Amino acid sequence: MADVNRGNRPLSPHLMIYRPQWTSITSIFVRITGNGLIVAALLAVWWFIALATGPQAYARADAVITSWFGDLVMFMSVGALWYHTLGGIRHLIWDSGRMLDVARSEMFGQVMVIASVLLAIFTVVVI
Amino acid sequence: MAYLTDAKRAAGLGSAKTGTLDHWRMMVTSVGLCGLIPLFVFTFGYALGMEYDAAVAYYARPFPAIVGILTLLVGFVHFNMGVRVLIEDYVHGFARKAAIIGMTCLSYTAAAVGLFAIVRVAL
Repeated sequence: MADVNRGNRPLSPHLMIYRPQWTSITSIFVRITGNGLIVAALLAVWWFIALATGPQAYARADAVITSWFGDLVMFMSVGALWYHTLGGIRHLIWDSGRMLDVARSEMFGQVMVIASVLLAIFTVVVI
Repeated sequence: MAYLTDAKRAAGLGSAKTGTLDHWRMMVTSVGLCGLIPLFVFTFGYALGMEYDAAVAYYARPFPAIVGILTLLVGFVHFNMGVRVLIEDYVHGFARKAAIIGMTCLSYTAAAVGLFAIVRVAL
């Protein structure tokens, strides 16, 4: 019986124990945005195959994607896309051995949040 | 032993015998997407909501079509590697294998559908 005390042992510190930090929360959101972007990616693929199929299929796909709900999904997605892109750039910088100290990692996280919102608004305005 | 360097003594003793190739591929696709994503967002976003004939004519041009093809190809390979990490962190046992295979099928199917569509519109 190697594990008689199963279920009643102290846990190592994890998400529920640590106070939220800029570094952990921005990292979690890089994961959420990256995986959530499958929705917009599949919508884009649908738009392309509808365009290749014909005017009727295109009209249906384009109407859904440019409806108010489609617009909302695409606006959230473009924000998520910019955020995830900035998060990826942060990873590339970290991988090169730079900006690994807490202060600059936190600052980059704050810049990511603000910049992705501004870039999303910029994208919608330009398009 | 005295003739071995510290690096040589440590080499191969870590838990990760393989896996650096996954990380390297993630870096390569990330760098590629840094360039592709802004180009795709503004070309695709420009075409979105166009009339059918205008959208076909737009994606018959080389630049938007090639950007679209590259972004879908690199993007879905990148997504597939990323979602695999997500599954490996949270799903266990048989469901993990099923989810990884399912998401891999989805990634490559979506990429193939998108690529076929763009090529068909462009040619």
